[in-house]
Amino acid sequence: MTPLLIAQIVLTLFVFVALLSSAAGMVYFERKIAAFLQQRVGPTLVGPRGLLQPLADVIKLMFKEELRPRAADWFLFSLAPIISATAAFAAFAVVPFGADTTLFGLLGTPLRLQVADVNVAVLVIFAIASMSVYGIVLAGWSSNSKYSLLGGLRSSAQMISYELSYGLALASVLLLGNSLSLNEIVRAQSGAWFGFIPRWFVFLQPVGFLVYMTAGIAETNRAPFDFPEAEQELVAGYHTEYSSMSFAMFFLAEYINMVTVSAVATNLYLGGWSGPFSDSIGWVWFLLKVGAILFFYVWMRWTLPRYRYDQLMAFGWKVLLPVSVLNLIVTAAGVLAFGV
Amino acid sequence: MTLFYFFGAVAVIASLLVIAQRNPIYSVLLLIASFGALSGLYVLLDAPFVAVIQIIIYAGAIMVLFLFVVMLLNAPQEETDFDARVHPLLRPAAMRLGAVLAIVLVVELMWSLTRITASGSFPSGAVISVATIGRRLFTDYAFAFEVTSVLILVAMVGAVVMAKQDTARGGK
Repeated sequence: MTPLLIAQIVLTLFVFVALLSSAAGMVYFERKIAAFLQQRVGPTLVGPRGLLQPLADVIKLMFKEELRPRAADWFLFSLAPIISATAAFAAFAVVPFGADTTLFGLLGTPLRLQVADVNVAVLVIFAIASMSVYGIVLAGWSSNSKYSLLGGLRSSAQMISYELSYGLALASVLLLGNSLSLNEIVRAQSGAWFGFIPRWFVFLQPVGFLVYMTAGIAETNRAPFDFPEAEQELVAGYHTEYSSMSFAMFFLAEYINMVTVSAVATNLYLGGWSGPFSDSIGWVWFLLKVGAILFFYVWMRWTLPRYRYDQLMAFGWKVLLPVSVLNLIVTAAGVLAFGV
Repeated sequence: MTLFYFFGAVAVIASLLVIAQRNPIYSVLLLIASFGALSGLYVLLDAPFVAVIQIIIYAGAIMVLFLFVVMLLNAPQEETDFDARVHPLLRPAAMRLGAVLAIVLVVELMWSLTRITASGSFPSGAVISVATIGRRLFTDYAFAFEVTSVLILVAMVGAVVMAKQDTARGGK
């Protein structure tokens, strides 16, 4: 085994553990920020400042009883959370999170901070996002419960509708980056205009960025678009019948999807790891940008009330889709006229 | 080569199970598994773009709609209007036609498989580059491309008209 191969394996494990703990961290920060916005204190009892609360949650979930409705289709019922969690982890594999590094000269050849360098990375993320719909749909159907089925149907309709705008927003960035590889797209955003404005695509694609963020919220089923689990109407939507660790897997998938959507948004629109000073601290800039987007997500959730379902569908098809198509046409014309 | 046989076996077995299933939901899922294996084969052929498109279009978009319809109909059991004990040759005409077509397909497959020569050379650059695919699609194959899109548009308009008819009648 070459040192590079060992480094690759360690990196893969590191990303896996980092994603797991990012979900736990997000749960803590979400509760703290929610409490802050509602003038409460939030978790304080477990550990200093309640920092061990996620750990307590995990232990609680592990020791809960695993319930299964008698009329459920047991195979699909157990498969659905696995699909959700797997898709969430798999999508992050193609996301680069820093410049190439030699780990302070430990390695001869530089290591790429990315689990799998695929030259069609953007499409892979899109493909895995379309696969994650199955987890929710199957959970809804196999539970054999009306709330679950309605939640599953809603979410599949919602995710299919918003995937179109999501894809068109991605396509506009691909035109600017002239590549399907996230590495190339990040590299295309290095440098600055007039010496002080960073060459981030968000300045060229303000509309595309808004479309991407909106569709991203719908894709991850977050408030104000969290219809699959609209408590007042559907109890808990597609995961009504789930308990213990299979519920935890859906929960995990939701938070990891949030991290992935934010990381992809950072790579596509906010210049990825590019920032001032040397490239070797690129991952710090990357983490800061992802953190900012994640905070924005949580902020949105505790600020805006939930839409009505028909409003969501009308907005997706009659506003977001035409806007993203127009954005794509204008971007294509701009690329044709001014070059990349 | 091991991977080729693995993906090939998954694709063939999953496809066979699609028609052997009585529960349409499992049929849909097995078809998705078959598409996934097919996409693995595309990756082995150095065509990652085609592989990902296969997943996005077929396994992602189209099969979700299939699943949607099956779930809405909520038909766990396939309705069969024939008795399984009747001899295959005495069943309705459509089934006999299906059998004939299946035999024709098998014969054609056998015939084409015996004719494969192991040259194994094809311009691999053509399938890798997205730019090449796009350029070809909008120049050499522009006519086929446009005709296909018109066909899809016609199908869409047809579906809308058929769906609207029902509600108009119900509204009266």
